[in-house]
Amino acid sequence: MLNYLLRRVLYAIPILLGVNLLTFALFFMVNTPDDMARIHLGAKHVTPEAITRWKTEHGYDKPLFLNDQAPGPGAVTDTLFVEKSLKLFALDFGPADDGRDIAREIKTRMWPSLAIALPTFLVGLLAYLSFALLLVFFRGTALDTAGVVLCVALMSVSGLFYVIGGQYLMGKLWHWFPISGYQPGLEAWKFLLMPVLVSLVAGIGDSARFYRALFVEEIGKDYVRTARAKGLSELRVLFRHVLGNAMIPILTGVVVVIPRLFLGSLIIESFFGIPGLGSYTIDAIQAQDFAIVRSMVFLGSVLYIVGLVLTDLSYTLVDPRVRLE
Amino acid sequence: MASRGGVDVDDPGVRVARHPTVSGPTIKAVMAVLLASLLSACSQPANSPYPPAPPGQSVLYSAFEERPKHLDPARSYSENEYVYLGNIYEPPLQYHYLKRPYTLEPQTAAAMPTVRYYDGAGRPLPADAPAKAIAVSEYEIRIRPGVRYQPHPCFARTPEGKPRYVPIRADELAAMDSFQDFTETGTRELTAEDFVYQIRRLANPRVQSPILGLMADYIVGLGDLAKALGQAAKAQPKDAYLDLNAFAFKGAYSVDRYTYRVRIQGKYPQFLYWLAMPFFAPVPEEAERFYRQPGMAEKNFSLDWQPVGTGAYYLAENDPNRVMVLARNPHYHDDFYPAEGDPGDREAGLLDDAGRRLPMVDKVVYSLEKEDVPYWNKFLQGYYDASGVSSDSFDQAIRMNADGQPDLTPDMRERGIQLSTAARPSLNYMGFNMLDPVVGGNGEAARKLRQALSIAVDYEEFISIFLNGRGIPGQGPIPPGIFGHREGTQGINPVIFRPDCGAGEPACGKFKRRPLEDAKKLLAEAGYPDGRDARTGQPLTLYFDTMASGPEAKSRMDWFRKQFAKLGIQLVIRATDYNRFQDKMLKGSEQLFEWGWNADYPDPENFLFLLYGPNKKVGAGGENAANYQNPEFDRLFEQMKDMDNGPERQAVIDRMVELVRQDAPWLFAFHPKSFGLRHGWVKNAKPNLMAHNLLKYRRVDPAAREAYQARWNQPALLPVFVMVALLAALVWPAVTAYRRRMRSRATDGI
Repeated sequence: MLNYLLRRVLYAIPILLGVNLLTFALFFMVNTPDDMARIHLGAKHVTPEAITRWKTEHGYDKPLFLNDQAPGPGAVTDTLFVEKSLKLFALDFGPADDGRDIAREIKTRMWPSLAIALPTFLVGLLAYLSFALLLVFFRGTALDTAGVVLCVALMSVSGLFYVIGGQYLMGKLWHWFPISGYQPGLEAWKFLLMPVLVSLVAGIGDSARFYRALFVEEIGKDYVRTARAKGLSELRVLFRHVLGNAMIPILTGVVVVIPRLFLGSLIIESFFGIPGLGSYTIDAIQAQDFAIVRSMVFLGSVLYIVGLVLTDLSYTLVDPRVRLE
Repeated sequence: MASRGGVDVDDPGVRVARHPTVSGPTIKAVMAVLLASLLSACSQPANSPYPPAPPGQSVLYSAFEERPKHLDPARSYSENEYVYLGNIYEPPLQYHYLKRPYTLEPQTAAAMPTVRYYDGAGRPLPADAPAKAIAVSEYEIRIRPGVRYQPHPCFARTPEGKPRYVPIRADELAAMDSFQDFTETGTRELTAEDFVYQIRRLANPRVQSPILGLMADYIVGLGDLAKALGQAAKAQPKDAYLDLNAFAFKGAYSVDRYTYRVRIQGKYPQFLYWLAMPFFAPVPEEAERFYRQPGMAEKNFSLDWQPVGTGAYYLAENDPNRVMVLARNPHYHDDFYPAEGDPGDREAGLLDDAGRRLPMVDKVVYSLEKEDVPYWNKFLQGYYDASGVSSDSFDQAIRMNADGQPDLTPDMRERGIQLSTAARPSLNYMGFNMLDPVVGGNGEAARKLRQALSIAVDYEEFISIFLNGRGIPGQGPIPPGIFGHREGTQGINPVIFRPDCGAGEPACGKFKRRPLEDAKKLLAEAGYPDGRDARTGQPLTLYFDTMASGPEAKSRMDWFRKQFAKLGIQLVIRATDYNRFQDKMLKGSEQLFEWGWNADYPDPENFLFLLYGPNKKVGAGGENAANYQNPEFDRLFEQMKDMDNGPERQAVIDRMVELVRQDAPWLFAFHPKSFGLRHGWVKNAKPNLMAHNLLKYRRVDPAAREAYQARWNQPALLPVFVMVALLAALVWPAVTAYRRRMRSRATDGI
């Protein structure tokens, strides 16, 4: 297994380099450093000298990929790409273009993101799996049909509708929760309940339907008939045997997202005023803050790769036939 | 003066932070907090987004949509940052809160600055010397003694009198997580040297002041100082302290502890207005020495993020991801509510607090609110004290009365909400690139084409459709409220409008757009009868560059196409992003464009310079985006900019306005109107669109707010019962079916 992990880590390096190169090329194809300077300096009294000063101060005064003026290896190393990219591999994100430290910002903002994402993920997984198993229990009955119709209806509605509808009903009309906002510490609960509830309802449609499809496939297999013949209760058959044997496709979709829970949700955080990482990247794109954009894309890639490795590892836990070599 | 740990419990900025360990008392503390949290949830409405304010404290609640990027007064140049900076830093001058037109008065200055003029040889000149003879203007500013800075660690001293945190030990800094971890603070008296230091900071390449380019043209030696500092900065590590006082600079100097002088090249009377902006607010050198220590920037401890001012408030909490809190500066100097205002102010209750000590609000809480819908709903619940009026909420809040004036809807009136409106000192315009071969130039044909378009594009309709009436049709480049703007019939642009008065009211001020036939006639005279080129017979096609894109902009662009189509002209929309747009403007490759200008200061020069020839965008990189150049206009501008307000200046301005009306380099689209709503418990909220230090005048009635909040936010319990019943109705058949199936036998179905 150690060899496997080492191999995956080595594979990750060219992937991350490629992601970095792509982000860099795409960003600077759309924005020149002059454009970035203009955005940051504002609309009034922006002189060419001010643009030059901004670029020098923020290290954007070097060539993108090749420095003709630099001698020897400096032609490659004394460039914007190398200067801005290499440090990322040591997770040194440096300052944003507005001067604030990115690593510090990430550390601060990941907790509110987690505060929503983790309960939503855990409660959601439990609720969706249970609901799907119940539908399978009642398969072929009116309850199953009603459940599937409900799922299709729920998944057909835009996520934004749940957010606005939830805020309107629970926040504005019924006055149960604050419409938006956030307080750190123990006060956080009353700001988190509504977004978590809204996220759960918004996700139940497609998740429950997907899991139901997996379970329906399993329920017709011989081992289920054997378990029933041995006199096991239906709940035990479903929650122990069927769920256990359907774990591989479930883990494929679930484990990969665990590391990325840190990155938060854009819509939920934006509408509920949660100061997480979800809106951090979008704000940075709007502000053309390349330092933040490349850091967040890099971090997203790293977490995705970690998620894939964890997924592979999780297969060995639920299926003894799987060996990582 | 140093104050040691946690001396002032009401002052979060100087509170001691201790790091708890996990122990019995800690668990008890957690339980206590939990209990307090639950109790507080019971003592106020369940949907309140705030912790309860301490009894007797007066708090104002507001919101911000965009996180501030810079809080350094030398660097910040944005309205959303001035909301904080204007109340933290105090430049020498300020705008009178109530008087209109906007009037400057001393703030940290003891009196209005005096000015002396000198010729090229340094000889004094009389006050009425012609502008051309003046080589240098020297402003002398005497400041108020006894003004003190907010509590700040940069002033903290050891018992031996040395700076407590300069230098700071690396391990001590490493243990600090937030700015509140600097437990010791101090203060000191404001001196003239602090103002001089800030002027030097404008030239510091690490500060990157946006007005350096502009001010280098005016302040003696500022450009040379910037060059010298630039070279010195290159030779140093980025976070090293750059001693600005070690460089020669003749543009500003202190005469004594309370007096300083600023030397300006030539005559520049508008400099006084700059003295009311945060760019010229005092900054203590101790702050730079404190923040420029290694490791500070990595912790986001910088002057760009943790201001040090003498204003009525200081930044007590700086979490731009969630909340920004301004708290009353305990060292704030004597300052009193004005005793005189405009006619009508007394009747409106705006002089009820005359003579009261400022500020009247203890704390101002700004919460991050990115979306309009939650902002509006929380305002209606009483959790924000004031709100703007977005397009989505306009119909719910505003209705037009019989006179066509905006008024509150009955629902808003019932809630005791108040409406304030004010014309913004701004102009939105559609510009013609005067370098363009079709629409530009000073030729008669192009002028008539521009005039025809000025008549055809009906901005009154635009204001009605797209702005819900929140705008005033533009008659010229100068907005209402700024000297030079003419009201009534005198102010009507005769090229586009004609008076619309009855027989008995010759100067009623009403106007009507000229008929389309006039535009068609002008178009034909320009060589485009029915919108076709008379020489080629081809339809005239014009190109409109805009930064507007997306579904919302589409209807606006369709409207523009329709306006041009009224003359048979095809309009091609070239929507582009901000950077491409700026590029085109710099190169002069656009034909028509839309743009706007917000006043830096209430002087006509700040608008007319947008049409001054040497200030062209192409070639000179100036703000004259239309690249308009008229020798007579330029000559009059040079004359007007140095004149004092009065009939002579008005006459020159009238002629300049007449020239641009005839030449029509812009379609003077509209001056936006600001609509603001506030709850009845907020007092002293007269709009003042030039001043940024208005918080100190506000007063709130917390008891009234609390009563309204309780009334408006009763939790609804019926939906809980309905939901439980619905859930039971769903679960019950499932449980029954489950039981039935579990009891059934394999042979039941046979």
